[in-house]
Amino acid sequence: MSQAKAHAAAQGVVAFPFFQALPPRAGVGLKAQHARALIEQRPNIGFLEIHAENYMGDGGPPHAQLAALRALYPLSVHGVGLSIGGEGPLDEDHLDRLARVIARYQPQSFSEHLAWSTHEDRYLNDLLPIVYDRTTLTRVCDHVDRAQERLGLRMLIENPSTYVAFSASSFSEEEFIGELVARTGCGLLLDVSNVVVSCANHGRDPFAYLAGLPLSQVGEMHLGGYARETDSLGAPLLIDNHGGPIEQSVWPLYIEAVRRCGPQPTLIEWDNDVPELGRLLQEAAKADAAARAALRGGRAA
Amino acid sequence: MSAQATQADQADFARALLAAHATPARLSTWNGSDVAQRFSVYRNNVIVSLVDALATAFPVVAELVGEDFFRAMARTFVRAHPPRNPLLATYGGDFPDFIAQFAPARGVSYLADVARLETACLQSFHAADAVPLAADDFAAWTPDALLAARARLHPGVRLLASRAAIVSIRAAHTGAGDLAAVDPSQPEHALVVRPRFDVRVLRIEPAMFAFLQSLERGWSIETALRAAMALEAAFRPQAALALAASEGVFVALEPGEPS
Repeated sequence: MSQAKAHAAAQGVVAFPFFQALPPRAGVGLKAQHARALIEQRPNIGFLEIHAENYMGDGGPPHAQLAALRALYPLSVHGVGLSIGGEGPLDEDHLDRLARVIARYQPQSFSEHLAWSTHEDRYLNDLLPIVYDRTTLTRVCDHVDRAQERLGLRMLIENPSTYVAFSASSFSEEEFIGELVARTGCGLLLDVSNVVVSCANHGRDPFAYLAGLPLSQVGEMHLGGYARETDSLGAPLLIDNHGGPIEQSVWPLYIEAVRRCGPQPTLIEWDNDVPELGRLLQEAAKADAAARAALRGGRAA
Repeated sequence: MSAQATQADQADFARALLAAHATPARLSTWNGSDVAQRFSVYRNNVIVSLVDALATAFPVVAELVGEDFFRAMARTFVRAHPPRNPLLATYGGDFPDFIAQFAPARGVSYLADVARLETACLQSFHAADAVPLAADDFAAWTPDALLAARARLHPGVRLLASRAAIVSIRAAHTGAGDLAAVDPSQPEHALVVRPRFDVRVLRIEPAMFAFLQSLERGWSIETALRAAMALEAAFRPQAALALAASEGVFVALEPGEPS
């Protein structure tokens, strides 16, 4: 038993395994169809990630499965519905629901998106783009401050995948994220696939984008699949669909990110056409191997 | 850019997402490519993901009308009634009422009630957990005390009466019955239970339905039995309580005022 565990046991608070933070290894998203196999086989992965909104019902099988798995794995709670970038005030009812999920499952990490999804009382179920200007920056900082205050934790904010830009934007995306992190003290969830997708969609160099981010504040990474389309001029238009294995073009950027940030908890995001658990675990093993290769190559300054 | 202009952006963006064809103002692309095509990625994400959510929640309705019809109907609903909050598991609570008013579906008169039954099942699935009373738990009560008592129903219990054979139709579409043998115009009463993890749908008699509905309203067991016997003189209280107990319908008995 580790010292931390022994200490927790002495305090009588071992409802769940005691971890300060997610381990710097690959994890997978929890899918209902994999819950039984995960409980029975207990594969050696770093953590599980859930979408907070899927566990806001009162009871039933989702909570029973998650409670069983929470006793076996560290947990990341990832929100998709807080609408941090929304023009209106944060939905306090939704913050209350998030607080309940966090109190119930004591995750090692909570993250949300640099995006909006709710306008007035309509929830649009997508991560929609924001204007990168001073007005928006002030508003997003207020929202992150409020969320961190209400939830009593330091949250991570994920860089988005986008398909259009706003003519009114006066910051680059990475500058905007840098300002947000500096002003609120939140961390960065670096979605490496989103960097590839957004840079392709806006004609930018993903390595230069990466270098412009506040990489010292990265607390987790995401890797996911995307689909390839073309825009009206025949240029690549990549669609972030989490519908397949990690694309080859993502791995060099991931290796660069690990060199710069050190190994990080890394989620394999495969949410559509979800494969068998074994296939998901293969992708997780690939991410762990890539991280090891990055470290063997030496850590860049 | 002023705060007001930024706000107008999101209102404009949200309107365009739910419209069939529209593109918000002030968007740009790095290479001058068509903004409308790129914007349509967002519209597609919104509409398809919400239609998918409804298809997951209403599998029997989808099978009854076929995938193409269902998705067209669901798209119309999504545009008119987008979710009010990010809890997609409960999205579509007003889809049955929409179906009832949806002219192209009028030929399938029972469709809205089948949708109501699927909503009830989904609510049951996500309802709070509770340990049902067992048959033994009734033994400690004297007959008089039991009659005066009120029974608290399990949070996963739902009751639904229909002029159509909703339980049989659903059973036939979930592999538990023969659709050819179902007369859709036969009225049926449904009892949905979820004592632990599995949602079950039972067809019950009108008197049993009246009994449970009376208990759900907080009436005493005696009053509920009277309501049942008013419908069916041969209603057997012992059998009704035994059935309810074996299906995990009750979670508590609360002493009532002696009559």
